[in-house]
Amino acid sequence: MSRPLSGAQTLLQGLGATLLDKLAAFGRGFLLMLSLVVAMPAAVLRVDLLFKQVYVTGVLSLPIILTAGLFVGMVLSLQGYNILVDFNAEEAVGSMTALSLLRELGPVVGALLFAGRAGSAMTAEIGLMRSTEQISALEMMAIDPIKFVYAPRFLAAIITLPLLIIMFNALGVFGGYLVSVSWLGVDAGAFWSQMTSQVDWNEDVVNGMIKSVVFAVLVAIIALFQGVNAIPTSEGVSSATTRTVVHSSLGILGFDFILTSIMFN
Amino acid sequence: MEQAETLIEIKNLTFSRGERKIFDDITLSIPKGKVTAIMGPSGSGKTTLLKLIAGQLKPDSGDVFIEGLHVHGLSRKKIYQLRRKMGMLFQSGALLTDLNVFDNVAFPLREHTKLPEEIIYALVLMKLQAVGLRGAKTLMPSELSGGMSRRVALARGIALDPEMIFYDEPFVGQDPITKGVLVKLIQTLNDSLGLTSVLVSHDVDEVLEIADYICVISEGKLIAEGSKEVLLQESTGYVHQFLNGLPDGPVPFHFSKAPYSEDLKYG
Ligand SMILES: Nc1ncnc2c1ncn2[C@@H]1O[C@H](COP(=O)(O)OP(=O)(O)OP(=O)(O)O)[C@@H](O)[C@H]1O
Ligand SMILES: [Mg+2]
Repeated sequence: MSRPLSGAQTLLQGLGATLLDKLAAFGRGFLLMLSLVVAMPAAVLRVDLLFKQVYVTGVLSLPIILTAGLFVGMVLSLQGYNILVDFNAEEAVGSMTALSLLRELGPVVGALLFAGRAGSAMTAEIGLMRSTEQISALEMMAIDPIKFVYAPRFLAAIITLPLLIIMFNALGVFGGYLVSVSWLGVDAGAFWSQMTSQVDWNEDVVNGMIKSVVFAVLVAIIALFQGVNAIPTSEGVSSATTRTVVHSSLGILGFDFILTSIMFN
Repeated sequence: MEQAETLIEIKNLTFSRGERKIFDDITLSIPKGKVTAIMGPSGSGKTTLLKLIAGQLKPDSGDVFIEGLHVHGLSRKKIYQLRRKMGMLFQSGALLTDLNVFDNVAFPLREHTKLPEEIIYALVLMKLQAVGLRGAKTLMPSELSGGMSRRVALARGIALDPEMIFYDEPFVGQDPITKGVLVKLIQTLNDSLGLTSVLVSHDVDEVLEIADYICVISEGKLIAEGSKEVLLQESTGYVHQFLNGLPDGPVPFHFSKAPYSEDLKYG
């Protein structure tokens, strides 16, 4: 029998144990990522599996992404107009909307929605496949679940999220046009010309796309990791799904800050 | 007993789940071309043993050899190659839920062979016919009963004509007629294809009917092995109790536990 520990000792022990757990989890996450990268060529060759996942993660996320993009663009230009009109600069509303969307709101809001829509579904599906022994059965049939299940989902996320974000941005700009030109009466020519002169390809478009690829990798890794490590019961899968959404959301916001400070400084 | 060639050899295997020792130094060998039954009380680790043999779980110590290959020392690639020679019927069926019955059985054929669709179609129907479910080929796994799922899983397990096949509780949830058919099927597969079958089951009657060789495990130990004739001769002890389904005897009916009097002390 060990002698009774003081409160401080148990606290310290608990802290240490948690820290070790987290470190181990990071290690396993890293290993998962490595094996996914190794499996990428195989995933590219399995066009049938990839198409299915592109459909599930991408096409099925379209409605929510398009709707959200439209509304975000509309709100942005409404707020922008109200501020800019005081300075007689309401023509700048087009460039302001486009810049906010391309640099920040498109990638961030798009990825947040993607985590909630596609990431959570990925975790739940893989968790359930494990709890019903489908993953085990694949292994027994000599089919590597990394190549057959995880890698196609990973690759599909990296393909679809940037495309979804492009569409989010396009709909956002359209929403901004509807509000400011059709409703509030900003001059259409000024709206577009201000936008095209202010938006820089490398600075804004490419950086936004880099962000969306980073977010796609982040969400996919978290979703797969949570699915693979979910406790194979109903509660286990449901809490893993929640963790996917929470961790991806925080991760997206954190990485956004880091990337922004690197890109726009 | 005649000396048959050994296909699977388990040496000094020890495996624990957390604090609990599931296997404590088990050594047994499974002869080639025969039906070997592994029996033991529920929770004694029969499913775990199959997963250890197939390399899905790693033992704490000890070795498993299949055709002389050291399973847990193989590379990932080698172990997948080895598994192509194995068929496994999971206790839960473990069908892929996004494919219907036909596609589930066709799955290993499509993944591992380049056979044209017509031949796959014929093969799948043959396997489904063998388990009596040809009529269910368009159903989804969610539309099957437990017993049906397991029969589809059996058809899938034999789709590639494996060299060894593991059946985890094939008779559970089957009606007497189906049980009879399955017993015959397992027997036929074993004799006509010359494969090695490992059968995990509680159904003493069915096991006695088809098994050439029986291993009984309990409490992490191998407590008896031998041909059924040898085992049936025992008139006392574990094996006698188990084969005759007696509630009292050396095999505990309860999961390992504190003494009742201890547990009853509330709080
Ligand atoms: N994933 C797991 N985590 C922890 N313990 C487990 C796990 N799976 C099984 N066990 C434990 O291992 C023991 C053996 O389980 P196993 O499934 O091999 O039993 P079994 O002999 O197949 O039983 P049954 O006849 O009921 O199918 C059980 O007592 C169970 O408590
Ligand atoms: Mg079992």
